[in-house]
This record gives sequence, C-alpha cells and structure tokens, in this order.
Amino acid sequence: MAANTDPEEKTADAPAEAIDRGEVASVADGDDYEHYEAVVVGCGPGGAAAAATLARNGVETLVLERGVDAGSKNVSGGLLYAEESAPYTIDDLFPEFREATAERPITDYYLHNVAGNRVKTFDITDLHEHDTEWSDAVLRRRMDSWLAERVHEMTRETGGGLLTEVRVNGLLRDGGEIVGVTCDELDPITADLIVAADGVNSELARDAGLMDWERPEEWFQGVKAVVDLPDVDDRFDISEDEGEAHLFSGDLFSDVRGGGFLYTNEESLSIGTVFHLDSLVAEEAEPHELLDALLTHPLLGEWLDGEYHEREYSAKLVPDSKKVALREPHAGRLVLVGDAGGQMQAQGPIIKGMNHAVTAGALAAEAFVEARSRGDSTLAGERYAKRLRDEGVMAKLRPRRYEAASVLGERSPVANLTDRVVDSRAGRTVLRALSRANGLERLYGSPYLSMMVPDTATPYVTLPAVIAEELGEPVEGENDIEPPSLADRIGELTYDTDVGNPHIELLDSSVEASGAAVTACPVSARDFGGGCYREEVVKTNGDEERLVSLDTQPCVECGTCAIVADTRWEHPRGGKGVEFREG
Amino acid sequence: MYTVTLTKGVPDFSEGAVSFDEDGHLERGKTPTVMNPNDRFALEAALQTKVRHGGTAAVMSMGPPGYGEVLQEAMSSVYADELFLLSDREMAAADTWATSITLATGIERIAETREQPDLVFAGFKTADGETGHTGPQTCWCLDWPILTHVIALDIDETERTIRVKRLVEGDIEEIETVEAPLPAMIVTDPEFEPTYRKAEHRLTFKDLREETTERAESYEEHLTTWDHAELNLDPDYIGLDGSPTIVSGVDPIPKAPSEREATVVDPGDEAGMESVLDELLPYTNRAAAGGD
Ligand SMILES: Cc1cc2nc3c(=O)[nH]c(=O)nc-3n(C[C@H](O)[C@H](O)[C@H](O)COP(=O)(O)OP(=O)(O)OC[C@H]3O[C@@H](n4cnc5c(N)ncnc54)[C@H](O)[C@@H]3O)c2cc1C
Ligand code: SF4
Repeated sequence: MAANTDPEEKTADAPAEAIDRGEVASVADGDDYEHYEAVVVGCGPGGAAAAATLARNGVETLVLERGVDAGSKNVSGGLLYAEESAPYTIDDLFPEFREATAERPITDYYLHNVAGNRVKTFDITDLHEHDTEWSDAVLRRRMDSWLAERVHEMTRETGGGLLTEVRVNGLLRDGGEIVGVTCDELDPITADLIVAADGVNSELARDAGLMDWERPEEWFQGVKAVVDLPDVDDRFDISEDEGEAHLFSGDLFSDVRGGGFLYTNEESLSIGTVFHLDSLVAEEAEPHELLDALLTHPLLGEWLDGEYHEREYSAKLVPDSKKVALREPHAGRLVLVGDAGGQMQAQGPIIKGMNHAVTAGALAAEAFVEARSRGDSTLAGERYAKRLRDEGVMAKLRPRRYEAASVLGERSPVANLTDRVVDSRAGRTVLRALSRANGLERLYGSPYLSMMVPDTATPYVTLPAVIAEELGEPVEGENDIEPPSLADRIGELTYDTDVGNPHIELLDSSVEASGAAVTACPVSARDFGGGCYREEVVKTNGDEERLVSLDTQPCVECGTCAIVADTRWEHPRGGKGVEFREG
Repeated sequence: MYTVTLTKGVPDFSEGAVSFDEDGHLERGKTPTVMNPNDRFALEAALQTKVRHGGTAAVMSMGPPGYGEVLQEAMSSVYADELFLLSDREMAAADTWATSITLATGIERIAETREQPDLVFAGFKTADGETGHTGPQTCWCLDWPILTHVIALDIDETERTIRVKRLVEGDIEEIETVEAPLPAMIVTDPEFEPTYRKAEHRLTFKDLREETTERAESYEEHLTTWDHAELNLDPDYIGLDGSPTIVSGVDPIPKAPSEREATVVDPGDEAGMESVLDELLPYTNRAAAGGD
C-alpha cells in the first residue's frame, strides 16, 4: 500500500486505461526532445561494454533496457570467453567481473560423438584453450544485472544513467536521417551516437534496413534448461575452481543439424541444444523434445544420478555470423554491436557471441570518442567498421576459409556425396586409421578446421554417428530422469502479460505461411493446446480448413516465429512478457 | 518547489487486520494504524513534482505520537525530505474543522520557519471519516485556490502557475483542464497517475529512491513535532473543544444474513408472480411510511 510507485511500473499499465491523462499541456518543456550524447539500447554484454567505454571517456550516456532487470530477457549457453587476440575482454572493462558474477572457470572440454547408446568421446580442451585467456560459465540474470549496476554508476557520473523497463521501438528520423530513438515509455530522445545492442531480432537493425528476418538458414535456435545440482563438485569430481564443458553430436537429435551442450555452474548445470533453424523447420522437430533427448540420454545418467530439478526452461535465436555479420554495421549515427549486428560466431562446436559483443561494444564506443575528438562524430560508424577489420574481429566472424569451403560444401550434390563417403566402408576405414594415430581427436581440436565446417549434415550428424559406431563404446549405467512436460515448463516461468496488447501479430494464418511455428516455437507443440502456436481445423460452409492460431501469453520471446512464420513481430513493452531468473 | 502533503493515519480496514468488538464497534487499540489509502495519490503527485522540478517534499500530519510510523511510510513513498507531526493532547479528538485550522496553522508555520510552500497536496477522503472536508477547509483557512479531483498536473515555474486535468464532479466521463496561480492546494483523485516520460525524470526518480531508503530508516532525524503552544493555537479552537461536529451515534451496518431462503419463480408463471407481489407489498408501504 505504500505509494512507492515506480514510474517504470506505472506507465507500463497506462495504455490499457481509458482515461486520457495525456500531457496536461504545454505549460512545461515545450516539444524539445531530450538529448544525450550517446544512447545505448540494451544492456547485455554488448551494451554494457559500449556504455562503460563511453562513460569512461566522459561521454554523456543513457542506457535503455526493456527488461525489469538487465538479464531478465537474456539467454546464453553460458560459456564466456576472453580471447587472447581480442582488443577488449569483459574483465578489461569490468575488473571485478569474474569474481563477482562468473559461475565457474571451464577447464576441461569434451566432445561426445553419439550413435544410439554408443559414445566416442574426444577431449578437445586444446581447441577450447586456443586463443583463450580464460573462459567462465555464466548465468545471464546474475551476470547482466551485475553489469547493469556498474553501468548505471558509471554512466550516471556523465549525466546519463541506465533505465530498465523502457523499450525502444524505433529510430527517430529527421529528414530521413537517423537522429535518435523512439520508445514505448518515454518521449523521443535524440543522440549523437545510437548504439543498437538490442540483441538478436534487433528492431533497430531492422528499422535501419540493415537486417531482415527472412531466411531461417541464417539463424540457430538455442534451447536451454538450467538444472539444479548443489553438489556439482562431487558429481563431476572437480574442485570449485574447475569446471567442465561437454558437447554432444550424432544421432541423438535424429537428423536435425546441431548439437547439445552441458556446462557446469556453481551449483547448477546449463544443458541445452543449438540447431540450425532451417534444419529444425525442415525436420518439423519439436525443440523441447530434442532437449529431452539429450537430458535423458544414458550419458547424462552418471551426472544426474536419477535426480532432476529444472530451475528454468528458456530459448533464444542466435545469428550465424558466417552469414549475417554485417561488414558495415552502421547507418548514420547508428552502430550495431553484438547479436544485433549478427556478430555471433559458431566456431565449429564452440559458440562465441558474448565475447564478440563485448569487443564490438567497446570498439564502437572508442570509434565515437575518436571521431568526436576529431570534430566529426558522424564518422564513428565507418571508424567502427574499420576497427572491427583491423582488430581481426571481422575475420573471425566471417572466416574466408568458411566462405571458400562452403561454396562447395553446402551445394547439395557435393554435400550428399561427402555424407555418403563418410558413411561408406572406405570412409569408415579412414576414420579407424585416423583414430589409431590419434589423428581424429587432433583434427577435431583444430581451430583451423573448426572455422570451415560446412553447414551440412556431415559434421553434425553423420560423421559423429559414424565415429561413435566405429570407435565408440556403449554407455554403461542408465538415466531414468523425467524432464517436465512443456505445460509444466511454461507453468514454472514468470510472466507479466501485457493483456490486450500482444507483441506478435499473425499476419497470415495459413498453414503454408505460418505452420512451421507450431513445431519450431519452443513453447508450442503439435497436439499441445497450451502453447503459443496451434493448428486448428476450422469448419466453414461444410469445408474444413486447417489454420494456425497464436496466443502470445506463454511466449519466451525467442524470435523464431519472426523468421519462420508470417508475423508482425515486436518485443513486448518495457517490463512486460517473460522474466528469466537464470538466463 | 516546496510542497507539503497532508496525510493521516487510519485504522487498517483490510481483511485480517481490522478488529471489531461484539457490538460491531471498531477496536482502535487492536487495529493497526496505517497511512490513509487515498493519500497515496497525493503523495504520488508530490513525488512527481519533486522529480520534475526538484526542491523539497514535506509531509505533514496531525495525530498522536504513534503516527511517526505513518510518516515514515509516507517518507519512503514520496521520498520526502521533511516530516511534520502536529501533536499534543489539546489537538486530540478534533473534527474536520478543528483539524483544518490546525493543519493550516502548521502550513503557515512552515512558511515562517522554512520557506513558503508552493503546493499543498491532499488525498480525497479518509478511510475512517469519509467526509472529504479536511482538504478544502484547510485551503479555505489559507485562502488559496483549490483544485480538486485532479488526475494529472503540470507546473510552470517561471509563470508560477499550475495546470491540471480534473474530473468534473468526480465524473470519469468529464475531464476539464484548469489553471491556477501558485501557491495552490491540490486534492488528488484516486484516478491520479503520475507520468514520467523523460529519461531525466526517471533517472532522478532512481536517485531519490536510493537516497530515501537510507533516510527513511532514521526518519526521526527528519521529523519535527509541533504542539499547540509552538503553533500559537488557542486550545479552545482546536481538538475536541474546537470541534462543532456532534456525532450523535454510530450505527453499525448490520451484517447481511449469510444464508437466505430463496424461492425461485418463473416469470411466466402468473400465479407465482402474483404471490411475489403479495410478498413485496408490505415493504413498499413501510418504505413510504418511514420516509421523513
Ligand atoms: C542457447 C544459447 C547458447 C549460447 N551459448 C553461448 C556461449 O556459450 N557463449 C557465448 O559467448 N555466446 C553464447 N550464446 C550467444 C550469446 O548469448 C549472444 O551472442 C549474446 O548474448 C549477445 O549479446 P548482446 O549484448 O549482443 O545481446 P543480448 O545479450 O541479447 O542483449 C540484448 C539486450 O537488449 C535488450 N533489448 C532488446 N530489445 C530492446 C529494445 N527494443 N529496447 C530496449 N532494450 C532492448 C534485451 O532485453 C537485452 O538485455 C548462446 C545463445 C543461446 C541462445
Ligand atoms: S511465439 Fe514466437 S517468439 Fe514467442 S516463443 Fe514462440 S517462436 Fe519464440
């Protein structure tokens, strides 16, 4: 009953109201826009790095984050790298970072090739350690909210600060030129620099015409469960300053291209899957079932030991930098950093998004500071793109080797051929020979090769399965855990639903246009009535028609249906929608 | 801007907190005191003013010393800077008239000892008395303009004017915009909602929240208590002695019988409807006879 009305809460309820409180009129500030030197949209790793660097250089910086708390909207597998070659790592910018927010350093890295219950495990710690200063498992709610506090303190000193529960809904233009941002909760704001660090499905990148959401082959979908495990040390036989990463590929996900991961946190595990979105759609696979296939595989029995308590189920799209990383991620005063600019590198099995977002954020900030000091801040974008090239970031995001390899590798006749060769008797003989000389493990551990892995079934499904069949041993022991149903998973999530104001609108409800979402949406499933997307049979004049319907209430804002269905897709208003506690 | 928000402690009428004796009288001693619910809106208006224009937000209440906690709650709600409690035995058992005289004197005292308040905010009706008199009467004593049923407001500091949106006759369908010179009194409607559409305001809000959490913990340090002597008030004009209102009696509202007998009659059944009319007739007579 306290009058402690947070403006962030208050206005969030406003539009549902019938009463026009509007601006009482014009006695006050007139219609001058508020102005900040820099506006940073989003406070994930990219936004935090940009804001901290701007603030350190005395740039008046406003940070706008749509979640109730930074991190409440974010999902990652959770392995954050500090690369030796990177010009900026997160602990350069936030020195206490590791101690304050990281879960565990990851000191051992394994790749499991699976065929049925046969498994061949490679130790690829070498690949993991290549160019790695350190790498920690993180949980995003904890990490991002900690970063946000630091960012607020730092930016407040400059006259700006960080606000949560504010969603930027577009770019403010003046005569076609980008001059600022518009928000659901605030009046328009102008700025000399706009940093779009708003993650995958960046509404700003789309508004600027730099990204479209058309092709599923440009994205991965990640799904994850955070599993409670108070005695991680005992189960994995590690000390508190050690941690393990396990990757899984082979036939446990049928023919869907992608793989699974397991990372150890302080007292929990992050277990998840990352699949090529086009493959997920083509196979009409149910993401939660693929996750369950991993969770219930006998290999995990050893660690889970019959107990399973899921803290959180979550999902998010991940851009594939090889295809979408923008070479010129800027337009006028706008710069894109992190996922917003497609800077998410899948280096073979290793996923590097957060670290590149940090580097890019800091480089963009630095580019602005330099441009400003030379008296022309409009050059920030170009300077930023140049810094990405000069520092070698762009070469990692869009490796030339991949481009050369994929020209051949992904054309289907060639792809089919490689697949058949690997699976053939000759292929299998080569594998066995390689393995005797320990060459296979070395090949897998090669950072050079891992950059050119083509997006075909061969590296994801066929090769690992063949390896497991030829060289693997059957897993002993069993795994009888029962993951929760989709309904229970949704039931456990926290939502603040924006009643009467759905953030996704289905534009075409035909099965052809939008039916893919029924299976691809991680909180929907065929024959499940409690999800977002459903297929329904509608009777009209004796005819029967199959139509897709949408209810955004259980939506986890993963972004999948923005790509695979015909929708008008936006993020919910500030503070509304799902709230992740782990992330 | 210097604003004063008037607030009052009332019995906590919420389920589980409130306590009645056998005759249905409120047991004050057993019922906790909380801030009057409608005052929340006044506090929000004061907070919005402070966030947008800076300055000092003061909260004032007349009541027993135990009201300190109500003021503490108000302090953390409005992120107030100063608290004033007008309190002594002579002020006790005041009706709205005596209360208004006391509050108006308190506001004048603030003007003498601190600075001239620009705005006084009051909530609409208290949960115990439900009269809605105190705000307007206090304003009458001060001889300031008063704006009631306010749902939104905007201040022009240079012109020293306030412009508000208000519900005409408290009607949600009819909203008018009116302007008044400062100082003025604002009575907020429960429909009042603050708006913060500037980043700068929200950032200030965040700062205030951080500052005030600490301040509210040691609220006594920011609390000034004035008794009638310090306010130069004649005991004959305040408290019970200064209260012209005579409460002749308090009737408890009878509880609805929890179980009723009901006979269901089909409206199509003529004989049945006839008997319903027969049943009802005596009541219509009684109502007519009882009217005075
Ligand atoms: C399952 C999964 C596993 C992954 N595993 C790894 C891994 O092991 N290692 C790794 O490095 N990366 C991993 N990633 C990728 C990584 O999570 C991202 O690359 C990284 O989070 C990108 O950071 P960012 O700052 O660009 O965007 P985000 O972290 O997505 O942050 C964007 C921020 O902007 C906010 N926002 C969005 N829109 C708006 C708006 N309109 N207005 C205001 N605020 C807005 C969001 O709330 C969010 O806080 C994984 C991703 C997934 C889904
Ligand atoms: S409705 Fe769309 S955005 Fe929401 S969870 Fe499903 S696929 Fe993801």
